[in-house]
Amino acid sequence: MNTSASYSLAGDAWRRLLRNRAALSGLVLLVLMMLACVAGPWLTPYSHEEMNLLNSHQSPSGAHWFGTDELGRDLLTRTLIGGRISFAVALAATGVSLVIGVSYGGLSGFVGGRVDALMMRIVDVLYALPFTLLVILLVTLFERSMILLFVAIGAVEWLTMARIVRGQVMGLRNQEFIEACEVLGYSNARILFRHLLPNVLGTVIIYVTLTIPSVMLLEAFLSFLGLGVQPPMSSWGSLIKDGVGAMEDFPWLMIFPGAALFVTLLALNFLGDGLRDALDPRRGGG
Amino acid sequence: MSLLEIQDVNVTFPLREGNLRAVREVNLSLESGESLGIVGESGSGKSVCVSTLLGLVPRPPAVVSGKAWFDGVDLYACPPKVLRSIRGKRISMIFQDPMTSLNPHQRVVDQIAEPLRVHEGMSKKRARIKAVEAMESVGIPDAAERARSWPHEFSGGMRQRVMIAMAMISKPELLIADEPTTALDVTVQRQILRLISDLQKEIGMALILISHDLAVVADVCERVAVMRNGEVVEQGQTSEVLQNPRHPYTQGLLSCNPALHEPGSRLTTLEEPTS
Repeated sequence: MNTSASYSLAGDAWRRLLRNRAALSGLVLLVLMMLACVAGPWLTPYSHEEMNLLNSHQSPSGAHWFGTDELGRDLLTRTLIGGRISFAVALAATGVSLVIGVSYGGLSGFVGGRVDALMMRIVDVLYALPFTLLVILLVTLFERSMILLFVAIGAVEWLTMARIVRGQVMGLRNQEFIEACEVLGYSNARILFRHLLPNVLGTVIIYVTLTIPSVMLLEAFLSFLGLGVQPPMSSWGSLIKDGVGAMEDFPWLMIFPGAALFVTLLALNFLGDGLRDALDPRRGGG
Repeated sequence: MSLLEIQDVNVTFPLREGNLRAVREVNLSLESGESLGIVGESGSGKSVCVSTLLGLVPRPPAVVSGKAWFDGVDLYACPPKVLRSIRGKRISMIFQDPMTSLNPHQRVVDQIAEPLRVHEGMSKKRARIKAVEAMESVGIPDAAERARSWPHEFSGGMRQRVMIAMAMISKPELLIADEPTTALDVTVQRQILRLISDLQKEIGMALILISHDLAVVADVCERVAVMRNGEVVEQGQTSEVLQNPRHPYTQGLLSCNPALHEPGSRLTTLEEPTS
């Protein structure tokens, strides 16, 4: 027996992912984009808040690759800085929906009965809270900060995930292989985390790739209402929103941040698709 | 004392239209190393009856009364922790459909090894070596190479062998096989039955084999219990029951066996239960 080879689902999935060109290029693109957003603003000769009114509305050139906005700020730097916010929001929402959503939904579906009913009613109540009102409430109660934005988005993004995972787990719960686990005397935690959740992963990954674009847009929406990112800070959402207003005269103000968002979401979709396939042993040889 | 002693067991499912009594006043006992077959048509309560032993029938809604003594422990009343330490270690079970009874996201060798990891705290490496040995003992060819396969890469018969290896790896004292060959084709059925029977003798465990097929039970089991409408209508030594059935239902059941009929003659069928 070849014991040196990987046995785990993760190791196996990783190898399958590396063989999938579309997914791999998505991954590479995503990593490059993140690196650019993290390191880029230090490398460009301008700061994201430095105004230069003499240079306002410059079209893209050697000095300003992406052009400048109405206050003469360098759009490349602002796009890269904005990417930090957008990625941070995406990561936070993904993290929350993965950790809270998956375990909450998994537990609810696994335990079933009254506990499930109670847990799901809590989700229903949270669903029913008007989101904007919740954020406005949070902002008035606490000081306005980025953390608050994360909390607000995190608080709603796990709900759908919890419902999806619960449904999946309930469906799997009555399958014979889960009964077999019970008969073999495995603990509930083991059954849930080792046997049920790995079988839900494919669906979870797909939902995560759908969540990320929606939270990036949500952040743009909140910034638009003045509840999210405040100028002179930028995010892709706020840049696109500003760009749309000036689109007819200065199209680059919308095109560049839009392209950054577009490329990121496309890469994410390729990666998500590839991950789903890679995590299913039934697709493609080991 | 017997290894397993089922006393006055009733299983009832409360329904809106009234109670469904799936199992009524069943008494069964099993010595260690003995094999018992439970036969009956579908809906006769044979599966429900043994599923309660391992806590597979959710309570509520089901209402279970009676006692099920396993080596001095009442399986119906013992705390979950005690039940968990018995399940998979001292009592194991094989299911009907090998296509759905394996986790599609776990390698075959790790599924077989898992009971050892859970019950004996064995290291991953040692448990895997044991699992490959178990695969060999259930007749999976090239066990060492096939260990890393995923369940979907196995045929139905091979998956049932994996299931058997998994159920037997901790050398249980009692194995419950719930229609283990129903989902397999006829040639594979015989091999799997032989395998179960051989392994049973080899490690000296007791066996409860549930089947709707008298021939299957006659092949493997020393004793047989016939169930109908949730009741055990007749039980005894297999040879005796088959040659000398006392209950009219058993006689009817036997007369349905095509092997006993003239070729070309009309098959006897059972009438709908009236009670």
